[in-house]
Amino acid sequence: MWRIVHQFGSPPWVYRFCDRVIPWLLPLTVVALLVGSAWGLLFAPTDYKQGDSYRIIYIHVPASVVALAGYYVMASAGLVSLVWRVKLADTAMRAAAPIGAAYTAIALVTGAIWGKPTWGAWWVWDARITSMLILFFLYVGVMALFEAYENKTIAARACAILSLVGTVNIPIIYKSVDWWYSLHQPASIKFTGSSAIDTSMLYPLLGMIVTFYVLFALLMMLNIKQSLTQEYAHSAWLHKRLND
Amino acid sequence: MTATLLEVRDLDVYKGPRQLLTGLNLTVTTGSLLQLAGGNGVGKTSLLRAFAGLARIEVFGHLSRCDDVLYSGHAPALKGTMSPRQNLRTHPAGLCSPSDSELDKALAALNMTGYEDALTARLSAGQQRRVALARLFLPSARLWLLDEPFTALDVAGVRVLENRFREHADDGGAVIFTSHQKADLGERLEVLDLESYRGP
Amino acid sequence: MAPERADASLAHYCIRQTGRHLLLLVRSPGEIVNPLLFFLLVIILFPLGLGPDPEMLSALAPGIVWVVALLANVMLCMRLFADDFADGSLEQLAMANIPLAVAVLPQLLASWLASGFLLSLVSPLFGLMLGLPLSVAPILMASLLMGTLIMLLLGAVGAALTVGIQRGGMLLSLLILPLYVPVLIVGTRSLTEAVGGGDPAVALALLGAGVTGGLVLSPVAIAAGLRVSLEL
Repeated sequence: MWRIVHQFGSPPWVYRFCDRVIPWLLPLTVVALLVGSAWGLLFAPTDYKQGDSYRIIYIHVPASVVALAGYYVMASAGLVSLVWRVKLADTAMRAAAPIGAAYTAIALVTGAIWGKPTWGAWWVWDARITSMLILFFLYVGVMALFEAYENKTIAARACAILSLVGTVNIPIIYKSVDWWYSLHQPASIKFTGSSAIDTSMLYPLLGMIVTFYVLFALLMMLNIKQSLTQEYAHSAWLHKRLND
Repeated sequence: MTATLLEVRDLDVYKGPRQLLTGLNLTVTTGSLLQLAGGNGVGKTSLLRAFAGLARIEVFGHLSRCDDVLYSGHAPALKGTMSPRQNLRTHPAGLCSPSDSELDKALAALNMTGYEDALTARLSAGQQRRVALARLFLPSARLWLLDEPFTALDVAGVRVLENRFREHADDGGAVIFTSHQKADLGERLEVLDLESYRGP
Repeated sequence: MAPERADASLAHYCIRQTGRHLLLLVRSPGEIVNPLLFFLLVIILFPLGLGPDPEMLSALAPGIVWVVALLANVMLCMRLFADDFADGSLEQLAMANIPLAVAVLPQLLASWLASGFLLSLVSPLFGLMLGLPLSVAPILMASLLMGTLIMLLLGAVGAALTVGIQRGGMLLSLLILPLYVPVLIVGTRSLTEAVGGGDPAVALALLGAGVTGGLVLSPVAIAAGLRVSLEL
């Protein structure tokens, strides 16, 4: 167990790990995305109330779910960096932030597109979309803080603290936004209960959620590998690896 | 009896991508007067801040020291809108507040009698420096970490401070300070030239 | 030998530091008065922008009061550690032989007394200007008392992380405004309940919980943030 932890703290080992995993994870993700999208967009049944416009949930929901999880990935990396001073954890934390922000942006944009046919407006103050917007700003805050520091070692430490503060606050923010929404919710834009979803619609959705997780992992690896290439540009192990 | 106040083994100090110092070994015992020397940017302040515990993230290696430390940095931690007396009495690092007689004695030692209740902002740079250094003349910690203590002081002020260093070392304390000039502290002064620990 | 000191205790230290910060605030009254003036001015802007209809104003008042209190708090946080960082007081605070998480509490207390506390005391006045009935004044004051404290505790974390950054003000608002959302929602709720004749107890209880949680957790985060800034 301890050896595995140690290995994940070693840049050459992680670099090799990424190098090995990416070549088969990349095609797998592409195939899963194609299959999942086709399943959701073409083969899943049409919703009797919303028609075909509901199909955007096959992008919107997975993006929202993984966007939130991504923040916790980032914060966990931050915690590891704070407690054990593992430099790679900094790299992982930095890698997670833009990916998470991109997922959040996708969730927001698809939410807006979904809103137009469903509610007749590009933007409605729905609880989930509002929370997503706040989550987006939390991500942007972490990235902006990192950019603001010139010394990146110190920047990573600051971002780790900020993301941990965010972690404690996210459940509170989500709960309070839910509460706010339930108090102000006009009847016309009430959500259809998500529990009533049919399995023929649910399975492709679950498939897409898993695929988005895998995509997140893939993007993380690509990002980490990229950072390592820059960070250790002058290291012997990297030159050896690249020349092989 | 001598005791170890600060011990450093294999210390590496970084500043961003640059390694300032490498493989530093040092033991400071009671009665030591140690000057950290070296050119601009060699890492004197960074090292002193590492000793103080203010810089930790970019410091690697073994560093242990006693809890009883006084640190004085470039910034004097003085508030212009308060008097020297108020500044010293409510100093943020002071767990116990000095009495009025101790304060007056300390300020008098630095030739600041008559300015105790003046506005600190109205004092000259050298006078403000003296107020900041007055902490050294109060009952204080054993290990002193002083960054450029002689800056802005006149000749007389430098002399007073040097005497105080010797006195403190005799009382079982130790002083580590950075300075560009050679301080007149006689045989007891050790000089650590950081140039020889410069990182790659 | 140094004489035995009766005042060497933590409590005395905290009282002395609170006094130091209060004295500093009194000596530069702008630090206290300006946020209050800002609060008043922005409150005045709303009727000018929205029109003087009392009914509409009183319907919007809870939201207006809380948004403005929030902005005033952000302004306060921009200055919170700036002077102490620049003049070296902050590093000396970190050199005190007690946990930094405890050592920052006096300053937070002093800052809150000079901002949130004063704001709450005068808030019924602003409430009246916006057409809030006088009967909700106690709720307004209680919710602002707690809400401003939570916001200060959260904002201080952001202030601690950005104090070493040149022109970190805008960045600070980006970091802390999202964290203020729950306070805004719950605080506004307590007022709308009170105005509508409902029960503001739930909202006030939530604010109380926020104060408790904030007092426990945020000093640790503030101290960690200050340590990072002191590394610069």
